[in-house]
Amino acid sequence: MKEKVGVRNEREFPSGKSGQGVGARLPRKEDERLMRGRGQYVADIRLAGLQDIAFVRSPLAHARIRGIHVPERHRGSVFTAADLDGIKPIRAVSGLPGFKISEQPVLATGKVRQVGELVAMCLAPTRAEAEDIAASVTLDLEELPAVYDMLKAREPGSALVHDHWGDNVFLETNFEVDISAALGAPIKVTREISTARQCMSPLEGRGVVATFDRRLDQLTLHSAAQMPHITRSGLAECLGMEEGQIRVISPDVGGGFGHKGILLPEEVCLSWLTMRRGHPVRWIEDRREHLVASSNCREHHYRITVYADRDGTLRGIDCEATVDSGAYSSYPFSACLEAAQVASILPGPYKMPAYRCRTFSVATNKCPILPYRGVARTGVCFALELMLDLVAAEAGLEPGEVRLRNLVRPEQMPFDNITRKHFDSGDYPEAMRRALAAIDIDAIRAKQGRGEADGRRLGVGVSIYCEQAAHGTSVYSGWGIPMVPGHEQASARLTPDGGLELRVGVHSHGQGMETTLAQVAHEILGVDVAKIRIILGDTAMTPYSTGTWGSRSMVMAGGAVATACRELGERARRIGAKLLQHDPASVVLQNGEVRGVNGSVSLKAIAHTWYRRPQDLPADVDPGGLEVTQGYKPVRDSGTFSYAAHAAVVAVDPDLGEVEILDYVIVEDGGVLVNPLVVDGQIYGGLAQGIGTALYEEMPFDASGQPLATTLADYLLPGPTEVPAARLDHMETPSPYTQFGVKGIGEGGAIAPPAAIANAVNDALRPLGVELMQSPITPHRIVAAVLAARAAERSAA
Amino acid sequence: MKPAPFAYERPRDLTTALSMLAAGSGSAKIIAGGQSLGPMLNLRLVQPELIVDISGLAELKSAEISGGELVLGALVTHADIEDGRAADVTRGAMRGVAANIAYRAVRNRGTIGGSLSHADPAADWISALAALGARVTLRSLAGVRAMPVETFVVGALESALHTGEIVEAVHVPTRSASAHWGYAKSCRKTGEFAHAIGAVLIDPAAASARIVIGAIDTTPIVITDAGELFGGRVTADYKPRFDVRVADALLAKAGIDDAAQRHIHVSVLRRAVQEAAA
Repeated sequence: MKEKVGVRNEREFPSGKSGQGVGARLPRKEDERLMRGRGQYVADIRLAGLQDIAFVRSPLAHARIRGIHVPERHRGSVFTAADLDGIKPIRAVSGLPGFKISEQPVLATGKVRQVGELVAMCLAPTRAEAEDIAASVTLDLEELPAVYDMLKAREPGSALVHDHWGDNVFLETNFEVDISAALGAPIKVTREISTARQCMSPLEGRGVVATFDRRLDQLTLHSAAQMPHITRSGLAECLGMEEGQIRVISPDVGGGFGHKGILLPEEVCLSWLTMRRGHPVRWIEDRREHLVASSNCREHHYRITVYADRDGTLRGIDCEATVDSGAYSSYPFSACLEAAQVASILPGPYKMPAYRCRTFSVATNKCPILPYRGVARTGVCFALELMLDLVAAEAGLEPGEVRLRNLVRPEQMPFDNITRKHFDSGDYPEAMRRALAAIDIDAIRAKQGRGEADGRRLGVGVSIYCEQAAHGTSVYSGWGIPMVPGHEQASARLTPDGGLELRVGVHSHGQGMETTLAQVAHEILGVDVAKIRIILGDTAMTPYSTGTWGSRSMVMAGGAVATACRELGERARRIGAKLLQHDPASVVLQNGEVRGVNGSVSLKAIAHTWYRRPQDLPADVDPGGLEVTQGYKPVRDSGTFSYAAHAAVVAVDPDLGEVEILDYVIVEDGGVLVNPLVVDGQIYGGLAQGIGTALYEEMPFDASGQPLATTLADYLLPGPTEVPAARLDHMETPSPYTQFGVKGIGEGGAIAPPAAIANAVNDALRPLGVELMQSPITPHRIVAAVLAARAAERSAA
Repeated sequence: MKPAPFAYERPRDLTTALSMLAAGSGSAKIIAGGQSLGPMLNLRLVQPELIVDISGLAELKSAEISGGELVLGALVTHADIEDGRAADVTRGAMRGVAANIAYRAVRNRGTIGGSLSHADPAADWISALAALGARVTLRSLAGVRAMPVETFVVGALESALHTGEIVEAVHVPTRSASAHWGYAKSCRKTGEFAHAIGAVLIDPAAASARIVIGAIDTTPIVITDAGELFGGRVTADYKPRFDVRVADALLAKAGIDDAAQRHIHVSVLRRAVQEAAA
């Protein structure tokens, strides 16, 4: 790997010399536990009397339920919708005009609308026995025509997923800024572009252990969840309980990626069952359930036209985007967040005078589409960046040049783009220039001209995106979904021995927040990172939060921790001044001590005095104490905009369809990095997922709505040998709106790779007349396209 | 993904194992390394009443050269071959194949007899051993019979094994000094099953060629007298004479309608031919 060439901004933080504060490349504290196999995940939880659940799931995509037959010997161990007295279906309604409401029954009633939909819940001492019972239950189903193709589903006369809707469209949106201004442009390129349906595939699947405490009158739900407070609200709504009667504990979580931000019907079912039965119950998602029934994402289709001048200047974009939303609107993000977002984020960091985008969120007989890392951005980046390469080809320009001509420039910051997205800061052209230089575009072009000895073709591709992160109330109130983030809260408490406890409502499932939030607190209070404990993942122990999603945790929870620690520090400073017998105005908090002209007193001594020797405090001491909860919002809550330019060099074998990534460069600007090591990890992980989107991952369906990749033998994920050692370069342009100038970076790594890799493959194959506009780019798709191009050439000749 | 209930036995000698299989009358399954059967049990794709674990049968673990051929017991693992612990008569050909089967963890436990018995069209041994001209011996209480590997595999996941019968050993003929060996496969990613396999054993001195096109939907295409792929005769200049049209026609005849699939298979076979070496 090359040396990092990113230039740190010239800012100094008070803790700069301690090596533990903001900007320190600290190894993750939690790895001591996680890397030694000492993590505690849902499946590790053992409770006395615990029994296991297996579900009877629909084998058909669309059918009317005529009967559910349970053998006599298993009555009492099998539960169906008829048993679920008083349980409401999951409703995730969007307030956007025209949104059609779906009700997702937690156990199917009337119809089943996707393969894998829950029909009955089977209880036994072990999962294997529960599966035996599930296998003994027979379903009498009247099969209905499956709605399996989102484009056909939009046509009149299609079978209907929700009969009373009259069509299959959850929501249609329209956005336009005078597209007519673009129509006369000399370059006009139109294509259809699509991204496959994928599965999120965290290492750990979902899992639930539910139990009820009669003394506390409280349901405790252990769940692998990113957003425990939101899960609690959703559960309370479905179960008809008070929120205080529910405690959601999310222990160690092995990757979320959006899959674990969703309220599951399984969570509702098990909650009901443990209260009914009086003993703990458990369901651990297996990989087949994960693939088939609960974690689909990404399926987009674009009809897109890009208008440009001969010099590559963008004149406008006209797009119709369709997203396959699946059968139900999932809680809390709804069925339309993905498609409707396409319209607002498609223009990305590019300037253009005209724009039109129409979007459709379409219901099909597939499992609900969930927001996967990058959410709509991966599809949008794929569509737009592939189109810009076609514009470049048409204009006879280098693809990088077309980007540089149209990217927002640093002197235009802050910048409101054509969809009124507010870009806080950054130098996008510089990121692109650095990526082009690092990949050595000139050398690749020279090498391409000479051809490859082994018959493979070299290609180089670039892409760039922006990632809106930590967008808050002003953005989400417009969506009208069940969850709108407001002020983020954190609690900070000095312990009697001078340690620091931080309580946050976000969760950490790979993000390293037990380390990075401690670094933020250290920056303010100077407490040794080793003495800071982060408490998260438990509604009973943490302040309310919408949780971890949308790359928001460092901006929001980091900001809240900083705010709470400042207030805590101020209280400690005032007590310290008393102990030093100084005027409070004359003492400062520095490196974990309150210092005055004649001496200093440590936070540890202050805490000890406050808790253990209050007799040493003067009578007029501030009674507020050493525990505070504070709320935080950035100065502007329209989101931080981080970004990265990606560049890939690939070798493509046109006869085998094999693609090898030879080199990969990422120039990333995530604002001020709290921990660059953690950021690197986030980017590498995102890149791996992006490579999956680009080349491997696909959940195909047949015409009866059957998912065809039901094991990891068919659903291919990239492994160690498929992920190259990417070269990273960081720029650090602070956000003017956040604490320390941080920006959210959690998702970016997964956004740009499909576009960069597809552009590289197309660059390699363009001389053969080949163009691939669909992810993943599989060997079969490459070879089929090569053969089609050869046939076209023959018939032309 | 938990198996349906089954009984489990781990006999200590082959005769006891064969008796158990005979008594199981079709509802018994043999497990050796369990690398294919394990997942199939968990997915409930197979629900045998009895699992006979043969991993304790010392008789099936030997590897010895006898009468000009290598006799590998069914329990020899891919890793035994990869690491050179098992004897070899193929001048490294089998070692090269073994080293690229799935992942090391699979190779540690997976056995050559199990791989053949499972008869997955995309697995390596059914193609590689057919190209090398290997035979298998099958044993039951009634006795022993032998047949070429290409006859043993009768369909996708379907072998010639009768109820109560077990693959006892694989017999691999000595590869002559003049025989060129080439083996190529295309996998979506490291360790995955191949979607195309080409295996060639070409002996220009003897004017003979065996060619296998594997990892198709059904049994591998095995051409034991492959002159037709080289313009009618096998000579020292066979590489430039390789005729892709003949290979393509073989695949079309095998029912592969998709032109891109055929093209990938032909390209992989061509690579095996081009890379073949003495």
